[in-house]
Parts: sequence; structure tokens; C-alpha cells
Amino acid sequence: MPVAISATINGVRRDIALDDPRVTLLDLLRERLRLTGAKKGCDRGQCGACTVIVDGRRVDSCLVLAATLDGAAIRTIEGLAHGDALHAVQAAFIANDALQCGFCTPGQIMSAVAFLEEGGDWRDPEAIREGLSGNLCRCSAYAGIVEAVQQAGRELATHKEAA
Amino acid sequence: MNAFDFVVPRTVAEALAAGAGEGSAYLAGGTNLVDLMKAGVSRPARVVHIGGITGLDRIETLPDGQVRIGALVRNADLARLPLIAEATLSGASAQLRNAATVGGNLLQRTRCPYFFDPASACNKRTPGAGCDAQGGETRHAAVLGTSEHCVATHPSDLAAALVALDAVVEIAGPGGKRETPLESFHRLPGDSPQRDTELQPGELILAVRLPAAAASFAAHARYVKARDRVSYAFALASAAAALKLDGGRIVEARLALGGVATKPWRAREAEAALAGAAPGAEAFAKASALALSDARPVGDNAFKIELARRVVVRALTLAAAGTPKALPALPASPFGVSR
Repeated sequence: MPVAISATINGVRRDIALDDPRVTLLDLLRERLRLTGAKKGCDRGQCGACTVIVDGRRVDSCLVLAATLDGAAIRTIEGLAHGDALHAVQAAFIANDALQCGFCTPGQIMSAVAFLEEGGDWRDPEAIREGLSGNLCRCSAYAGIVEAVQQAGRELATHKEAA
Repeated sequence: MNAFDFVVPRTVAEALAAGAGEGSAYLAGGTNLVDLMKAGVSRPARVVHIGGITGLDRIETLPDGQVRIGALVRNADLARLPLIAEATLSGASAQLRNAATVGGNLLQRTRCPYFFDPASACNKRTPGAGCDAQGGETRHAAVLGTSEHCVATHPSDLAAALVALDAVVEIAGPGGKRETPLESFHRLPGDSPQRDTELQPGELILAVRLPAAAASFAAHARYVKARDRVSYAFALASAAAALKLDGGRIVEARLALGGVATKPWRAREAEAALAGAAPGAEAFAKASALALSDARPVGDNAFKIELARRVVVRALTLAAAGTPKALPALPASPFGVSR
């Protein structure tokens, strides 16, 4: 059965006609809107590679039926940078070699962005590890990821104080 | 995933009407139902999306001191309630807690791998099929409340904390509203493990209520969870412990176990033994022995009985020391340090 929704994706309002209510947010983004940053790892809510931010909350997009998102505001990795200016978390991941193969990276970055926006304690490595435990990295780049979140947290806090 | 009709009710009444039919399933956060549908374990003919119903997503303190938690409150939003917060934040991941709701948490199905695998025999999934867990991998199987038909654990951390605090479940159904203590909401598997709860077809959880008396445990309440990794894993054994202390004595104790039982497990004999005792190693050892006195291993999981005893002692010890002002960075960790 078809379902029509209207959602804001990276700031752009989209009217979306779904031909089937089984379509997940992840499949909507990747297969129908060609936003392939969010990755399909486990497709079962276990790995976090598909993490996006819906109405200010990070979620596993593989477990969200797109049909439930009428009126929602969705942010994906494609919406983070302003032109060539990377988001502080993106830049920090590069600066700290916080990846190897890169498959989990968009999910890690979206999760880290949300962690910092939630007021997560970026000064405490243990809090970062706990806060990002829903994002698995099979290359085990965790040490670099924690350092990247610490650096991004510090930069965003400095920026906020200066503003 | 099987095909289904998708219905979006705007009110509880519309939801009940849509949910009354055979094969209907209510969908809220979707973290469990969508997963089960992908596995082919749940095959609803109609999915009733209740996430947009207004008024069910609030936490309210009622005039008589009860705290009413709407069924659609996200797990991530329970952080302001002592004990409940530590239990909830020790479960799942930030992404899942942002989507998963309180009502859905109570209704989540077991993570027994044989239940999730349609190629395995499972009485909970297919009544009468048998139980491949017995004779199989039982590291996450229960040691309390099992039957010859089912040894699957109830996986919720939140429910263990809620049952310790005497929570009540508010339910709406075709016949009107009713409520039941959470302790009797979940069923023992017995010979019908396919029914996890006393919820009837078409009924909907509206809210979970904590009695005013729950607040009297706030100063001494902790959740401790032993698991295969320190975050984002189901409990091998967990304990919610809450104490009311006065003059160096325990006035009243609450204790519930997770990860070791077929339902959220209230340890009432242990609670009775703690009442009137001096908090300390002796009383806690006695309580932990009583809490596990009926435990029976399944396959090779006898280690969980001793593990659970030690988790109980740790939870009671930490509770006696006092609820920390801020949760440790690793909530419920046996290794966590309070700040």
C-alpha cells in the first residue's frame, strides 16, 4: 500500500511517495534519494553504520520505517559540511586518523556530532567510549575516534566561548 | 519482511480500533518490532503506528506523588529518575535508547538466539515446536523461572528497576482501561511461553506509574550489570537494589534481578531478610543466597548463579553507600567509579 510523507532532509523539504510501507529510512536515503553516506552494515540495529539524526536524536536508520517520518527533520552526513568547510567532527576525524577502511565513518561522525550536541562529556574518554558504543568499527580505529571527538569537542567549546 | 497494511491513528481510541483485528501489531520506536519483522519472527498483517499519538510521551508527577511515565517516553528521556536512569542507560546504545519507548521496552521479546532463528525449534515462536536452547548455547539463558518448554531470559534492564520500585502498568483495551502491577504483568513461561505478558490481543500500554513511596529509596538505589563487554550488551546478570536506611539499619529493601530469569525477577525473600538488618557483607551475602536459592542451571550456565549472587552483593553494597550525584561514565558497570 502506498504511503505519502513529507520530511525535511538536510534542510530541504521533500514530498516523498512510498510505494511500500516496508521501506526503512536507510533504504529511502540510499536507494531512492541517492544519499549513500549512511551505510548498511548489519541492517539490524547492532552496528550503527546507518546512524542519522532525526528530530535532533541520533537513531539507527535501518530500524526506522520511513512511513513513520511524516513531518520529521532528518540530518545525514551529507548535510554536515558547508561547501568545502568541513564540520569540526569531520575535520577532527581526518586530523586524528580516526578511520581505516571508512565504512563505519559516516555513522561514527553522525553519532559523535549528536553526542556533542547532547552535551556529552568530551573531556572524559570513558564517557566518549560509552556514548559511542552503538557504533562498531571492525578496523578498531577506536583510539583515533576518541581522540577525534575530544579534539572536536574542545574546538566547538572554544568556538562557542569566542562567539 | 512480509507485506502489511500501515495505519496511522491520531488518538488512543483510533489505535484500539485499528489494533483490534487479528494480526495487528502496534509500532512505536520500532527497535524490536522492525528487527523481528526483518528476521521473519514477527509477521503482522497490519502495523498500527502509534508514535504520533499525543499525550503519551510525557513524564508527570501526580498530586499524590506518583510519577506517571507515558508509554511513548523514549528510554533516553528517563535520565532524571534515580535507579531507572542507571538501569536504562546501561541498556542498548544511544541510538536505540533515542528510538525505543517505555511501553516497547516492557513488551520487547527475548533475545534468545533460538527464538530469533526461524530454522531453530522454539516454543515461544512456534508453540509445540520444542526448545533448541536446551542442549544448545545457554550463556544467555535463564536460571530462574524456567520450564521444560522455555529457558529464555527477559532482556530488559528498565523492567528490573521498575519492578523493584513496585511500578504499575496502565492498559487500555476494547473493554476500557485497567491496570496491573508490573510484577504480575510478565508471565512465567510454563507450558505457554508464546505469551510473554498478561496483555490481551488489541490492548495498548498507556503508561507506567511509580508509586510515591518509590521516592523514599532515591538516596540508596543502584543498578549493577555484568555483561560480556562493558557497554552495549545484554546482561549476563544484573541487579536493581534500593534501600531505605535509618539509624544504621535497613528499614526496607527492594531487589530485582535481570538477565537470569524468564521475567523481571523480584527477590522478595531476600528483601524480607534485609529488613531490619545492618547493611553490610553478612546481610548482603545472606540476601544474595536467598535471591538465587531457586536457581537451576541450564546446560553450562551454572556460572550465572554465582555471578548473579556477586552482582547482588555489589548492587546492595553500592546502594548502601548512596546514590551518586551524577551517574558514572559507565552506568551500572561493576567497574564503574562514581563521581
